[in-house]
Amino acid sequence: MPVVEIPTEKWKGKIREVTLGGGGRKTVVVGGETTLPFLHFEGEMPNRPVIAIEIQDCEPDWTGRLVSAWGDAVKDPASWAKAAAAAGADVIALSLESAHPDNQNTGAKEAEASVKKVLDAVDLPLMVFGPYVAEKDNEVLVAAADAARGTVVALGSCEEKNFRTIVAACLASGHVAIAKTPIEINLAKQLNILITDMGLPADRILMDPTTGALGYGLEYTYSVMERLRMAGLQGDGMTGLPIMVTPGEEAWRQKEAKAADGVPEAWGKIEDRAIIWEAMTATSLLLAGADVLVMRHPKAIELVRATVDKWMAK
Amino acid sequence: MALTGLDIYKLLPKTNCKQCGQPTCLAFAMKLSQKQAELAACPHVSDQAKQALEAASRPPIRLVTVGVGDGRKIEVGNETVMCRHEKTFFHEPGYVVRIKDTAGDDEIAQTAAAIAAYGVERVGMDLRVSGVAVENASKNTAAFLKAVDLVKAAGDLSLVLMSADPAVMEAALAKSASSKPLIYAATKDNAAQMAALALKFKCPVAVCAEGLEAATALAEEVNKAGVEDIVLDPGTRGFADSLVTLTQLRRLALKKNFRPAGYPIITFPGEQASSPEEETLLAGQQVAKYAGIVVLERFDPSTIYPLLTLRQNIYTDPQKPIQMQPGIYTIGEPGTSSPVYVTTNFSLTYFSVAGEVEGSGLPSWLLVTDSEGLSVLTAWAAGKFDAEKIAKSAKTSGIADKVSHRKIIIPGHVATLRGELEDELSDWQIMVGPREAVDIPSFIKRTWN
Ligand code: SF4
Repeated sequence: MPVVEIPTEKWKGKIREVTLGGGGRKTVVVGGETTLPFLHFEGEMPNRPVIAIEIQDCEPDWTGRLVSAWGDAVKDPASWAKAAAAAGADVIALSLESAHPDNQNTGAKEAEASVKKVLDAVDLPLMVFGPYVAEKDNEVLVAAADAARGTVVALGSCEEKNFRTIVAACLASGHVAIAKTPIEINLAKQLNILITDMGLPADRILMDPTTGALGYGLEYTYSVMERLRMAGLQGDGMTGLPIMVTPGEEAWRQKEAKAADGVPEAWGKIEDRAIIWEAMTATSLLLAGADVLVMRHPKAIELVRATVDKWMAK
Repeated sequence: MALTGLDIYKLLPKTNCKQCGQPTCLAFAMKLSQKQAELAACPHVSDQAKQALEAASRPPIRLVTVGVGDGRKIEVGNETVMCRHEKTFFHEPGYVVRIKDTAGDDEIAQTAAAIAAYGVERVGMDLRVSGVAVENASKNTAAFLKAVDLVKAAGDLSLVLMSADPAVMEAALAKSASSKPLIYAATKDNAAQMAALALKFKCPVAVCAEGLEAATALAEEVNKAGVEDIVLDPGTRGFADSLVTLTQLRRLALKKNFRPAGYPIITFPGEQASSPEEETLLAGQQVAKYAGIVVLERFDPSTIYPLLTLRQNIYTDPQKPIQMQPGIYTIGEPGTSSPVYVTTNFSLTYFSVAGEVEGSGLPSWLLVTDSEGLSVLTAWAAGKFDAEKIAKSAKTSGIADKVSHRKIIIPGHVATLRGELEDELSDWQIMVGPREAVDIPSFIKRTWN
């Protein structure tokens, strides 16, 4: 048989490594790739992509099927964090949803209490998200940053409109910023530049390029991620950062994951379809370069973890 | 691989006789490389040069057709890029479902009928399963022929015929060749006979061998026997090996112009999967990463529908984003007092607005205006989303008959259109919504009662 010479890509760049946790807690390192996802024959993927399981600081308004998968654990962030750890979370992603003005409009005090509760309940690294309302994000994330002093947590979202406050909190308490931009490679790069200009090292940034779910803009996120990753591997230090995406939140917003009735029969059984919707959004984004997945359903999480195991086996 | 002007120049007579209408051979070569001239315009070009130029203009991955059914036949190959953002992925993979000839007549007929009847609409496109792979699991000729007949009776499904026995394959081809089935497969043991059948019946043939080298060597052998329409099965059945091998094959074809790798690829994601979910996720990987025909072990709408959706996402031309059909869309079950939002028909804009409106918990009407697929800001800047357009869709859509109030919510980014719109739609009150979709729930909570 003739020997076929396989063309390999010689990338000169390397994705930065970002570390979460530490200070007596478990540590998780993400990034560090010198190749496109799972192409072990031509480069290194020293850290496997991680799954952060999303929990909330109040009972979630999620669809019934998703809430019941967690049972009574959702009633309290500490018990939910323990359940998430038992479900195999690498990281706990705590959403301070109760701070939303339309929810309970809670503030810094409650945020601090929730973060401490979760930190006490599990020894996993933490990511903390605000309610995605800039001024409330500022309030609760600054409090969260302070409450989590001593370990490295990731704080999101840090967007163009509020990055100064969040980055200042990261600088003051040694945390990682989650830089969120709306599905556009140049905006992502620009925000990273603004953040590093403030003095936060690039290895303390995770990029959130904004996630589109399967059937709802997935292809935009997918291609923006492929471009970000390739630019990073080509040596662009301001795009060569680990990428975080939120397939759980996005998939479970869609009808396909929520609606059992009033949808075409061709959509199939809701139980199976909903799980696949989240899992396939996640695995597709992993193929495009995701380093951190924020996920919701235990079954989808199990499926994605098994898939990552297979991709990482050399 | 495309030749440069200089490459072509080297193959020309270099006499500068001008008969091609160009001042020099080099000028002609440049025109050829830009596809602005035809080689035939030069009367002096040698046969050898002609062959070299033709070979170079062949697509690096051959376009192969399986089946003949309208909207059902599988046309795959002829891809030109590794990543969809570089250009686009052109020919979406076909999904076929394996049916074994041991399944029993009723089950075969029922499954085939269900597959033939299956269709689902998504953003204006009718998505379907391409066909059936009939496997000669029984090793019995009569049973195989019966199964093929039953599947053919279900409609115009594209067929993959799976048997390692050339005699059985010939019998099946004798009755189905006109529907252009894929012969699966030529292996190292039967390649000559299967290649002969492919030539005799003018049908495409898959070559199956363990690994990239063996599969491409076998493809070359079958090609040397005169067969052009070839599909590769490099035998990879898992996540990691499939990702690596299919990536390498695509690279060899595109970057090295390695002909034996220049064929579409057939995959079997369920063959070693431990669950239907695992099969589905692996099939998804293969749609994103370089498969042409994906053979599934089961037909189940709850896994097929996500796969069809993924294929639509990945194979959408990034230069021509999916557009929503302009018109009225409902979120929940809106009534006469429900809010009316206006937005553009760029699919991503629509999806984010629809998602947030749904999240607001208030059933609503969405008036989608034809912005030629542009997002709000881009469309506004390009004059595709102005007061006149919005007024026209408000008037022609019939939204006035659906609601008893006269309030319409426009995106915050086009707040400047308010005055003009109040002139155009004098009996409507124009409300300016938030700039970003994510702020819709709090906006509507504040302003709607
Ligand atoms: S006709 Fe042929 S040989 Fe004459 S100038 Fe054109 S390319 Fe050259």
